[in-house]
Amino acid sequence: MTVEALIKSNIFTVVNEGKVDNMISNVFCCDLLSIAMSRIPEESAWVTVMGNMNTIAVASLAEVSCIILAEGIVLDEMSLAKAKEQDITVFYTEKPIFEAGIEIYKLINHG
Amino acid sequence: MLNDHIHLSYEIVSEDFARAGEAASDVKRVLKKMNVKPDIVRKVAIALYEGEINMVIHSLGGTIDVYIMPNEIQMKLEDIGPGIEDIDKAMEEGYSTASETIRNMGFGAGMGLPNMKRYVDDLDIKSGLGQGTRITMRVIL
Ligand SMILES: Nc1ncnc2c1ncn2[C@@H]1O[C@H](COP(=O)(O)OP(=O)(O)OP(=O)(O)O)[C@@H](O)[C@H]1O
Ligand SMILES: [Mg+2]
Repeated sequence: MTVEALIKSNIFTVVNEGKVDNMISNVFCCDLLSIAMSRIPEESAWVTVMGNMNTIAVASLAEVSCIILAEGIVLDEMSLAKAKEQDITVFYTEKPIFEAGIEIYKLINHG
Repeated sequence: MLNDHIHLSYEIVSEDFARAGEAASDVKRVLKKMNVKPDIVRKVAIALYEGEINMVIHSLGGTIDVYIMPNEIQMKLEDIGPGIEDIDKAMEEGYSTASETIRNMGFGAGMGLPNMKRYVDDLDIKSGLGQGTRITMRVIL
């Protein structure tokens, strides 16, 4: 599945539309940045409740395919600017992390 | 180290979270442009980001110098303090002195230094309370 397909599925709200042709083959759920940084697999959608600048920096360095902010977490303005600058697609959802992750997992595996 | 190398240099400002990660990003961009193998680029980016963010969070500021040589990449991180009292303890997974505010940003797992050790071929830390910290990391190409 591509990020574009995730956008079109309409399960999450788009906060920033960055690169959309990235592939999503994995879901990764973690809020601790040092763990995320070293463990995020390739082609991951990253689900987290950390909506700050450091999330964007780690996402960019670890080359995640997109970020999903769960639990109604809002990206602050400076982080949104950084996400735009780095061309990273960010979604918003009120769902808890696990449920958001499961939704993406279903889309990856069952279309 | 004097001939045939690229030298990149960055100033790191304490608590400047808006720019934290820019040194690691820039080095990553340069290495990619030089067609360095992706797994090497990844190792350097992770280790350098952890070192850089530690300087932003825990130190009063300093400099990062990166030397890209034919056979290895060397990263030198030097800050002006307050230093690390017990380096062995700081290297333990899970050890962190991060404040509540810093933890709320997603840091403080105590995994930064262990990550650095895992991803580079050689890690050397020189520090002491009130001395500042000097870290040298080498990745063999
Ligand atoms: N440049 C530095 N100056 C002073 N103290 C440091 C420096 N780098 C690390 N430390 C000390 O070493 C401890 C462990 O560092 P480490 O990077 O492993 O974990 P952390 O930064 O606390 O959390 P994490 O990296 O997982 O977000 C820090 O909590 C801090 O006390
Ligand atoms: Mg750290």
